This record gives sequence, structure tokens and C-alpha cells, in this order.
Amino acid sequence: MRPVGRRRSTSGRVGALARWTVLLLASALFLLPFALLLRDGVGTGWATVRQVFTTTDVPFARSLLNSTTVAVLQTAGQVLVCSLAGYGLARVPYRHANRVLAAIVATLMVPTAVTFLPTFVVVSSLGWVSDLRGLVVPGLFSALNAFLFRQCFLDFPAELEEAGTLDGLSRWGVFRRIVVPNRLGFFAAIAVIDFIGAWNQFLWPLVIAQDSSSWTVQVALSALLTAQNPRTTLLFAAAAVSVLPIALVFALLQRHLVRGVTETGLNG
Amino acid sequence: MTRSRPLAFWLFVGPFAVGLLLFTGLPIAWSGYLSLFDARGTVTPTRFTGLDNYAAILTDRAFLDSVGTVTAFAALVVPATTVLALGLALLLNGITVARAFFRSVFFLPFACSYVVAALLWRSALFPGTADGAANTALGWFNIDPLAWTGTVDPPLYWVVLVSARLWLQLGFYAILLIAALQRIPQHLYEAAWVDGASPRWQSFRHVTLPGLRGTLVAVLTLNLINAYQAFDEFYNILGDSRGYPPFARPPLVYLYYTSLGSGGQDLGRGSAGAVVLALVIALVTLLSGRALRGVRREPGR
Repeated sequence: MRPVGRRRSTSGRVGALARWTVLLLASALFLLPFALLLRDGVGTGWATVRQVFTTTDVPFARSLLNSTTVAVLQTAGQVLVCSLAGYGLARVPYRHANRVLAAIVATLMVPTAVTFLPTFVVVSSLGWVSDLRGLVVPGLFSALNAFLFRQCFLDFPAELEEAGTLDGLSRWGVFRRIVVPNRLGFFAAIAVIDFIGAWNQFLWPLVIAQDSSSWTVQVALSALLTAQNPRTTLLFAAAAVSVLPIALVFALLQRHLVRGVTETGLNG
Repeated sequence: MTRSRPLAFWLFVGPFAVGLLLFTGLPIAWSGYLSLFDARGTVTPTRFTGLDNYAAILTDRAFLDSVGTVTAFAALVVPATTVLALGLALLLNGITVARAFFRSVFFLPFACSYVVAALLWRSALFPGTADGAANTALGWFNIDPLAWTGTVDPPLYWVVLVSARLWLQLGFYAILLIAALQRIPQHLYEAAWVDGASPRWQSFRHVTLPGLRGTLVAVLTLNLINAYQAFDEFYNILGDSRGYPPFARPPLVYLYYTSLGSGGQDLGRGSAGAVVLALVIALVTLLSGRALRGVRREPGR
């Protein structure tokens, strides 16, 4: 229901009042958890925040480093591998391209949570348990991302690419010098979503990072949370610290994030 | 120009295809293989047991209960999310002042991890003690504090689990629906008004809802699949160092404990469970798709 371009009747004014009441109440409810996180996490003072990094129960500083490494590598790798695949599928003529695409799309039907156990089996056969490779590599090959990149490149004007070919560019040259620079917004959108997803993932790191030195920040938080006697102030401070990098990414790149969600979700 | 170029194609697609094969294709096949073997504590089993693992898991109360639990969870979460996200999208689309601000407020939890949300819900909003935001609010009405996560009869823990997920994902689905709302051509509304439709209810029913149908189906399907994969909030809100409570255990938590946790490293049984879960999700998705198509065909809806 769009705002109607007519004079506001009394019932219209009542409607607007109700609308704003609901919105403000709902906003307050939605912000309450963040307010509590700030109050109990940072509000207890910087000493608690400092304590998070010096506590011996859980290697928190190490887990932050691990999460940063995993999120950066996974995002960069995923965008690279999936964009290349998407470009090949969209633009390089190949007799069996449609069959390859169908096979990729078919894997989307299998819920990822169902494959976590056998993937663990594969990764442990490779000797990658409690290893950075085990945390990063299995997450690089997102069928959804490859599919989305393909859709994005299909929409790219073919004339621009032909002009590049006439200028003597190879397939790779066309991709790198013409297609990528013109689709940076889409790359950013996918990257922001991937980064938040990689930072916040829990089940896979819990399964694969069995040695506490390879824990990500979510696993470390969970260990603090489910400990014998959780120290609540410490826990809240740790949680607040863990949210900080994502809050930053969120604030800086929200426009891309919303675009990414719109495009990703619709095709999911 | 359109000559088939296998080498160039595989240079682009190859790395991805190999990775997908290794980390998704092979696991799916391995899962089926392991489920037919006695694979306790090993990933390369030798003793073929046929359908024994399936027989074991389908007669295991804990597993059947876990499927029941996650079905109840989906039955609570999916309709609530869809209706509330639609309401939120309509509200947000209708305002002209402070639009960006309100959208951010509702979208903000998307940045939050399920683990952090679990901490907030279990320690700040719904703890079993007299403090906590929910019990403070009850106190205003002179209601005694409740032990939210520990109360099984009535099952108050659902309030905690469902509200956490609603907070985390409502904004995401509302954004999808807002995008879809903005794609409905304005002239359809104008035509409806000319035809005498009332601006609110009738144009919602005859223009907005049909225009959103594709997105609503996507929202429902995504939501359903996500609900059946619930793990993080169950594990972190209800579990502690003493273990995990027997109630409200979804299949993924069951599989985690059976195959990797203290439950005995039984990868064969876990794999059989994973196959069954995949079939359950496929069935539920199929049935909900059927039901939605039925709704569409019903005249006047």
C-alpha cells in the first residue's frame, strides 16, 4: 500500500498514528538486545574488555585472529573462484555447459547442513582437522554464488565484450579489464554477504576446529557460554568485541549489503 | 564465434567444479556409502551392514523426537516470520520519513551471529532468574519470574527459541519483500481504484498479494529449509557443560552428538540420519509447494 496522493481523512490520520506507534514499539524491541549487549558488554568498563584478552580459559585473541583470517581468505577465495565459474558458465561457449550448470544447480537442492558430516569425513581424510585449510577451503565453492555470478554476467552487454576482443584482449583479458570493473558493485554485494556469513558461521568451525588454538571467535564464545560457571560480564564483553568488526562492515557497506540480500535471496 | 571451447571453459569453471565435486559431490556419495556400513570411530569402514543403520535410526526415539522437535519449530517459525515480515515490509514501504533509519534498525540483527543472539536471549532477556528483561516486564504486571529455558511443561523454551530466530531473520525477509513491493507497477493500484477497489484491503488482496506471490514462495521455501537446519541457537541457548537437555533437540544437534560428540563417533548411524533428514526436508519442501499451488488455484484467493 503506497502513500495515496489524496487528502488525509481522519481515518487516514488515525492510520498514520497506528503505523508510527507500531513502528516505534517494534524498533524499541529490535534495539533492546543491542542496548543490553552494550550495557553489559562495554558498560562494565574497559577493564572487563581487557580481561577478555587475558583470560586463560579460552584463547580469545587467537580466536579473533583466526576468524579474521578465515573470513578474509574465504571471502576473497569464494568471490574469485565463483566469479570465474560464473563467467565461464555465462560466456564461454561449450557444448556441455548446460549440463555442467544443471549439475551445479542440483547440489543447491541438498541442504548444506546435511553434508556437514560427510564433508568432515573428506576433510579429515585430507588431514585438515584443526587446520586453517579445513576451516577455509570447503567453504569456497558456493554453488549459489556461482549461479548468481552467472546471472549477473548474462546481463552484461555483449557489445562491450566484443569491442574488447576486437582490441586484441583474450577471454581472460575481457573478464579482468572490462567485465569485472563494470560489475564491481555486484562483487562488493556478494563479498559483504560472504564476509558476514564467514564471520558468523558456527557449526562448521565447531566441527572442524577441535584444537582450541584453531577456534574461531564464535566457537570461543560458545565455549565461554556453555562453560561450567559462565562469567557473565566477561562473556558479554567478549560478545561485544566479536560483533565490532561486523558492525563496522555493516555500517560502511550497508548499501551493498541490502543489494546483495535482495539479489541473493530472490534467487535462493 | 560460437565454436565450443572446452579448454577455455574449464579454465574458468574447472577450479570451482573440482572443489564442488570434492567438498559437496563426494560427501553426498560418501554419506550414502557410510550409511550402509558399520562405521563406528572410522571414516573408512569395512563391515557392510546393509540397512541396519537406517533400521536403528528409524527406531531411535531420540532421533524421531528430534524430527518432531524441528517440525514443531518450523511450524512456529515459518508462518510467524512470513506474516510479520510481510507486515513489516508494508509498514516500512508506506512511510516516507526516516525510511533508511527504520530499515537499518530491523536489518541490524542480520549482522549478529546466532551465538551472540543465544547469549543475549539466555542471559539478558530470558534467564531463569528473577532479573532479565522478560521477567522485569512480567514484574510490572505482578507476575512471578519464570524459568524460561528450563520450563518444559508448558514448553516456555519455545518462546525463547522462536523469538531469537524472529529477531535474527525478520529484517532479512522484510528487505526481500520490500524489493518485491517496489517492483509492483503503480498503475495496477490506480487501475484497481478506478475499478472501485478500496485503497487498503481490496487493493492489498487483488494487487499486492498477487504481485508478491513469487517472492512469498521464495521466502517460505528459504525459511522452511533454514528452520529444518536449526542448530546454533538450540545448541547455545539450551546446552551447557553438563550436556544437552533431552527436550528440544533438533536433528542436527542429534547428528552432531551421535557422530562427532560424546555420543560414540558413530559415523554410519550419523550418515543414515543425514540421508533421512535430507529426505524429510525434500518432502516438506515439496508438500509446502503443493499446498501453495493449491491456494493459488482456489478461486477468489
